[in-house]
Amino acid sequence: MLLTITTTHNPATDIGYLLHKSPDKLHTKKLPFGQAHVFYPEATEEKCTAALMLDVDPIGLVRKNRGTAFPLDQYVNDRPYVASSFMSVAINRVFGTLLSGTSKHRQELVDQDIPLEAKIYALPCRANESFLKDLFEPLGYDVETESYALDREFPEWGDSPYFTLTLKKSCPLRELLIHLYVLIPVLDNKKHYFIGDDEVEKLLQYGEGWLKGHPQKEKIAHRYFRNLRSFSRIALDRLKDDNPAIDNEEESSGQVKADSQEEVLEDSIQTEKRISLHKQRHKAVIHALKEHNIATLLDLGCGEGKLLHFLRNEKSLSKIAGCDASIRSLEIAFDRLKPDEQRRGDPVIELFQSALTYRDKRFRDYEAATLVEVIEHIDEPRLGALERVVFEAANPRVVIVTTPNSEYNALFETLSAGQFRHADHRFEWTRAEFTEWANRVADNHGYEVSFHPIGDADKKYGAPSQMAVFVKPDIEEKKAV
Amino acid sequence: MERTIKIPELSLVVLVGASGSGKSSFARKHFKDTEILSSDYCRALVSDSENNQACTKEAFGVLNYIASTRLRLGKLTVIDATSVKPEDRKRLVKLARDHYVLPVAIVLDMPWQVCHDRNNERPDRQFGKHVVMNHTSALRRGLHSLRKSEGFTNTHILKGVEEVDTVKIERQTLWSDKKHEHGPFDIIGDIHGCFDETQILLEKLGYKVSKIDNRYSVKHPSGRKIIFVGDLVDRGPKTPDVIRLVKHAIEDEQAFCVVGNHDDKLKRALMGKKVKIAHGLQESLDQLEQECESFREETKQFLGSLISHYVFDDGGLAIAHAGIKEEFIGRGAPSIKQFCMYGETTGEIDEFGLPVRYPWAEDYRGDTVIVYGHTPIPEPEWVNNTINIDTGCVFGGQLTALRYPEKELVSVPAKKVYADPIKPLETKALRSSERSTYDLLDLSDVTGKRILNTTLRKSITVHEENSAAALEIMSRFAVDPRWLVYLSPTMSPTETSLKEGHLEHPDEAFKYFKSQGIKQVICEEKHMGSRAIVVACKDAKTAAKRFHVTDGLAGVCYTRTGRSFFNDPKLEKQFIARVCKAVTNADLWKKLDTDWLVLDCELMPWSAKAQSLLEQQYAPVAVAAETSLSEASKLLAKASKRVSDVDALKDDFKGRLKLAQKYRTVYQHYCWPVKNIKDYALAPFHILAHEKNLNMDKDHKWHMDLIEQLCDVDPELFQKTKYKIVGLDDDTACAKASEWWEKMTAKGGEGMVVKPMEFTAYGKKGLIQPGIKCRGPEYLRIIYGPEYTRPENLDRLRSRGLGKKRSLALREYALGYEALKHFVEGNPLHKVHECVFGVLALESEPVDPRL
Repeated sequence: MLLTITTTHNPATDIGYLLHKSPDKLHTKKLPFGQAHVFYPEATEEKCTAALMLDVDPIGLVRKNRGTAFPLDQYVNDRPYVASSFMSVAINRVFGTLLSGTSKHRQELVDQDIPLEAKIYALPCRANESFLKDLFEPLGYDVETESYALDREFPEWGDSPYFTLTLKKSCPLRELLIHLYVLIPVLDNKKHYFIGDDEVEKLLQYGEGWLKGHPQKEKIAHRYFRNLRSFSRIALDRLKDDNPAIDNEEESSGQVKADSQEEVLEDSIQTEKRISLHKQRHKAVIHALKEHNIATLLDLGCGEGKLLHFLRNEKSLSKIAGCDASIRSLEIAFDRLKPDEQRRGDPVIELFQSALTYRDKRFRDYEAATLVEVIEHIDEPRLGALERVVFEAANPRVVIVTTPNSEYNALFETLSAGQFRHADHRFEWTRAEFTEWANRVADNHGYEVSFHPIGDADKKYGAPSQMAVFVKPDIEEKKAV
Repeated sequence: MERTIKIPELSLVVLVGASGSGKSSFARKHFKDTEILSSDYCRALVSDSENNQACTKEAFGVLNYIASTRLRLGKLTVIDATSVKPEDRKRLVKLARDHYVLPVAIVLDMPWQVCHDRNNERPDRQFGKHVVMNHTSALRRGLHSLRKSEGFTNTHILKGVEEVDTVKIERQTLWSDKKHEHGPFDIIGDIHGCFDETQILLEKLGYKVSKIDNRYSVKHPSGRKIIFVGDLVDRGPKTPDVIRLVKHAIEDEQAFCVVGNHDDKLKRALMGKKVKIAHGLQESLDQLEQECESFREETKQFLGSLISHYVFDDGGLAIAHAGIKEEFIGRGAPSIKQFCMYGETTGEIDEFGLPVRYPWAEDYRGDTVIVYGHTPIPEPEWVNNTINIDTGCVFGGQLTALRYPEKELVSVPAKKVYADPIKPLETKALRSSERSTYDLLDLSDVTGKRILNTTLRKSITVHEENSAAALEIMSRFAVDPRWLVYLSPTMSPTETSLKEGHLEHPDEAFKYFKSQGIKQVICEEKHMGSRAIVVACKDAKTAAKRFHVTDGLAGVCYTRTGRSFFNDPKLEKQFIARVCKAVTNADLWKKLDTDWLVLDCELMPWSAKAQSLLEQQYAPVAVAAETSLSEASKLLAKASKRVSDVDALKDDFKGRLKLAQKYRTVYQHYCWPVKNIKDYALAPFHILAHEKNLNMDKDHKWHMDLIEQLCDVDPELFQKTKYKIVGLDDDTACAKASEWWEKMTAKGGEGMVVKPMEFTAYGKKGLIQPGIKCRGPEYLRIIYGPEYTRPENLDRLRSRGLGKKRSLALREYALGYEALKHFVEGNPLHKVHECVFGVLALESEPVDPRL
């Protein structure tokens, strides 16, 4: 909510003419979210500081958006106090004349380099502090940052995500304001107003001449559009560059993010073959399905439908279904799989919500059930319920279970001892632990079980992932015995 | 003489007769309009014309649909169609059998001329003679098969106009219907010829058993009656005596008995049918050989008279030898008799060569208590309102009786092992505990739109999207449902106060309760930590017995959404042990005569559970506010030296900075680092339940007094909740309570909760809020933001609606109460879980989170 711009250009008070705001007065402008004030704490020929201060109405902010799922609709939030996209709006509305390139009394100063120092207080930057430098140094600024402890009473809580940023450069004031206009919301990563088509225009308009050459342009575009990929793609495409690889850094849901973290982690150890572990897992599963002549399959805990996507054109299958407890995951799976658009001859796809600790009649309609990297997301004491739901109540002919091999974790450099591969893992098993569990389950429920490593095996630690295939012995055969 | 036809009160009545034979008039005379399904009417329904033969198929589609729906719901149904062809009737017989309902045919056998004349009188039925003649001859051709082989339970043929006009119809209750018998009963398991044990058990139950002239007399001084679950015979030493005793008791109207598979087989053997002599049948036959011929005849008659199942006590109790499915109760069909005698098998064979039984009881969701035998087990166990009481007396186990409605088990040991079980009972024990049915919940118990009826409030609706949301949380994050016997309801704040600087004030809480006719309230200090439910058992054995959790834990501590409070299981174990020790030291196990307790508590510090919220929301807001407001104040101060018009702004920002600092002080108050158990503070305020007691009807003083004893023995972990009891007619007392509140909140306290003294209380319109929270003005900064107290902000915040929150609070309260009630009464897990799940689902309804 606070930005100061200081110059030592002589006469320094000339910035009053550039900003169209006299240093001897308080200037106040009403904006949709409150008020913007401009005043000058210091104004001499040698040094002049202009302050742009926002007076955001915290109550109006919440009340205006009541009843919508708008992210600002939170009872206690930092919006009134930080340098956010509100600041960009204020820059645009209060200093609009200069942004458009005109000055009534000092036109010659508009494009002239003058020594400038900008200070932005409480600038949110949840990414690494160095990101501030990555953004501004390529534009020629001297960058200084100051950080703050979350709470001095509780030093163990660490630092806050806010910085006071000082930028120094000799350049036209208009250029500085444009950079701030674009990059403040990029840092904040939260926008207060809805994103529409004209946003693309605005970014392109103000990015002219500098954004194209900026080494962080993809990140800037992504963050400017608050991770809405399609917008950032349009914008990037229109920057007419060679189709830059869009990184996986951010996606919409937290779960997705965590999943991709796990994949990145697991992929980091793969050899030049570069077959990602989850692809190998899927291959192992389909191999087992074919071996046992499975035509109908239920993927328990299907998440966003990655396995089903892999199987969607498999002619040997007539019906593939997925269930998950998370409605959000199922929605993503639905968008990915588009069950309505399956072609004739391809398996029918079904998706439904269910949970693995409740018996579900629908589970009985399939020849095989798969639990691919699922059991480790269930509290260990609840596995008894899962076991009964899957092996006793659903009782399919074949059950395939995969889970990480915790021994292999020793090879992940980024994992400390005892740490799991995924924040939501409730446990991770060694090969022996998995074998013991699977043998007991098979025994209790009349299955035969075989074990298969997934991924390239290490001599000492085994393969990164492990698979157990449970098969019910042929019923006819049993009767004969 | 007038003829009377008797038909079962639940049956599918098929009228058979040519067009014009008078079926419709007959039906209208004897049955309710809604009981009659006429093919003509269905033709009209689908095609606007009663006589449109082109849509016969569609019309019967509709007829079948309605008929099958009615039968499923247990409604007698009359089919008014010609049904003169065997293939038409065959479909209807199947329909009846599919719904375990008895099919009855009533044939109106009229001279064709009568039919033809009647049709002639109707302008819409002008078809030739041949139609009626064809009908009539088809009918007559089929009469033999109709009577003999089509599968109707009864076929009544009415000949000629007079008989049709004068016949009377009487509806009969089913043999199984003993709903008017209310007991109390003593239900006795499989006897298998163990006469001595039977006599000892009956005497232990208080019956007088005597024998005069070879005739037994069994009587209970207080009029109790006996129900035998069948399998009286085979394997054991004294089958004839058992038969005598049971038969005489039934004849004297002192007992009931359902048929067991052994009883049925013995009957067939006595009838001379070819049966495989095995499983102890030989013993029965040998013993009967010693008896006279007339006794063997009597035995044959007696065993033949036993029926598959009985329903007693207004439908509250059902007895069948091997159990019964809900949809079979009170119906009659051969397949039901089979089920009642043998149960259902999965088609698989176990390692002992015995058929694997399908666990029908796990699927059972009915309210009727079902008692059965058939499969010997070491100890009876309740499964979803059903109980098997065959404890294998003849195999050297016990003979067991269940007292109803007391639900108490009484048994006597077998005198000896009379027969060797095919598989050892011990193996059974192992399997039975492994297969403990208490942990398996069905998705259909919780998903979809649900309407729940509770003791405190009727029809609470849980919407589909809310149960979907709850399913994710419940299945991924909540503790084992067996521990999750309660979830705390949300609580509404006071009506909005108009007092300067206040959004909430005790006056409003007092006003609310006074307006509801409450005389006395308790004001309890509200601790600022996290709500926690603590379930504590005396030991792991109690946990296994009472909560069916067998992983060695003696209790749990979980949050408002059912998540485990402690991430570290070791810490949780220590914590529970500490709570249990306090309960022991305060002698509460004995005082309350219980082995377990459910405590409603606040667990502090707040930061223990809310750390991420503090780090990601509360503390950052403080940093941002302090940083920018203090820098802005400095700059404004500097500018005010040069420019006079910033003065007002300068003071304003200085004031705002102070509010930001106050905000930080508020939350700091509720934070301290926790490294081990010593750093926690637990403040219980309700002893929600203990053995046989749901305490949500006991007044708050009772709770506070007992909790005080708990706090006194371990003041390090336990924190007392300060309280004041206030008579609402006493203005001074109310004012004093308000003062007390002001003092507490000024020191950083969250505030207080005002509750009606009697815990669960009713006002003019039924259940009222069980508590109203009244939060302090400083505390509210962390709810409404640092600057909410600025007059222009406060004024706008005052327009807040409480209706939704209050309704939610009541619905959640009623469900929580019901869940615990079910648990206390020992009802099946799904009953408890359904309610707990409902609370969680309701929590996902959108309500202003600041309330």
